Amino acid sequence: MKKKWPLWEIFVRSKNGLEHRHFGSLHAADAEMALENARDVYTRRNEGVSIWVVESKHITASNPENYGELFEPAQDKVYRHPTFYDLPDDVKHM
Amino acid sequence: MNTGLYKYILGIADNCLILGQRLGELCGHGPNLETDIACTNLSLDLLGQVRSYYQYAAKLKADDSTEDDIAFLRNEREYVNVLLVEQPNTDFAYVMGRQFLFDAFHLMFLKELQNSHDITLSAIAKKSIKEVSYHHRFSSDWVKRLGDGTEESHSKMQSAINDLWTYTDELFHLTEADEEMIKEGIGVDTPKFKDEYYNHLTDILEEATLTVPESKYFHKGGKLGIHSENMGFILSDLQYMQRTYPNMQW
Repeated sequence: MKKKWPLWEIFVRSKNGLEHRHFGSLHAADAEMALENARDVYTRRNEGVSIWVVESKHITASNPENYGELFEPAQDKVYRHPTFYDLPDDVKHM
Repeated sequence: MNTGLYKYILGIADNCLILGQRLGELCGHGPNLETDIACTNLSLDLLGQVRSYYQYAAKLKADDSTEDDIAFLRNEREYVNVLLVEQPNTDFAYVMGRQFLFDAFHLMFLKELQNSHDITLSAIAKKSIKEVSYHHRFSSDWVKRLGDGTEESHSKMQSAINDLWTYTDELFHLTEADEEMIKEGIGVDTPKFKDEYYNHLTDILEEATLTVPESKYFHKGGKLGIHSENMGFILSDLQYMQRTYPNMQW
């Protein structure tokens, strides 16, 4: 291939009722081919019941360089977890 | 042994075996990873179908023969696949062209075989038809993509179709076993859907902006065991292990 086909991200739902999960990525000329390729590459051992494909360029990703400002502030905020709070004994089923 | 039925089963199964072998040659050599896996998947589907047919044939033979003996230990003249499926993987357009011309036939054939009076054959047909529907979708998509693609892909697809077209008529030839099985309601009366087959090819080729060949000359012989020069090479690959190490098991 002189010209490279674009990259697609593949999401597969393994069972009805579950959410689609990211399975990996592959090359294809268009969405229809991406679906067929995904079927052959990722579901040949009965892994799925539904496939979503999205061209990788349409995904906006967070920049790892911004890790500090994006994610570190959450690390010392334990009170954002429900386990931080003592529950009165009377509250059942928690 | 029911010789007619035995021969009839080989007539179906040998097509799948040899086409499966041809597709298997692409393993690790496909144009890219995705298409490589797709072609080997087609091959594995076909070989799975072959096993069902040969197991049934071995049972009919009622001697010590196994599915493997039938697959690996016959001589060239005893294979009765059509010439189309033994044609080489010249380029990807040939691979998809050969696949499409066969899949279109195979799908129509299995639809009818589902109604066979032989319950084993009808069960195999019912199981295989889902696989073959996908094969047909895959190969006809590629014929359209390449035909309606770039100038180069168009010309490669057209020359593949022109060359392979001359092997299509043989799909509808009836051997003695075919005729016997049709009479018994076991076999598929293929000439009945010949027009439908060519109309379907015309539809897809026109959608692919390809020209439908007008050739009136058609090759034949495979169904009678008279093969092209390709067949010996295929069999030497296919049979090498069993010939060199008889009864070898994985």
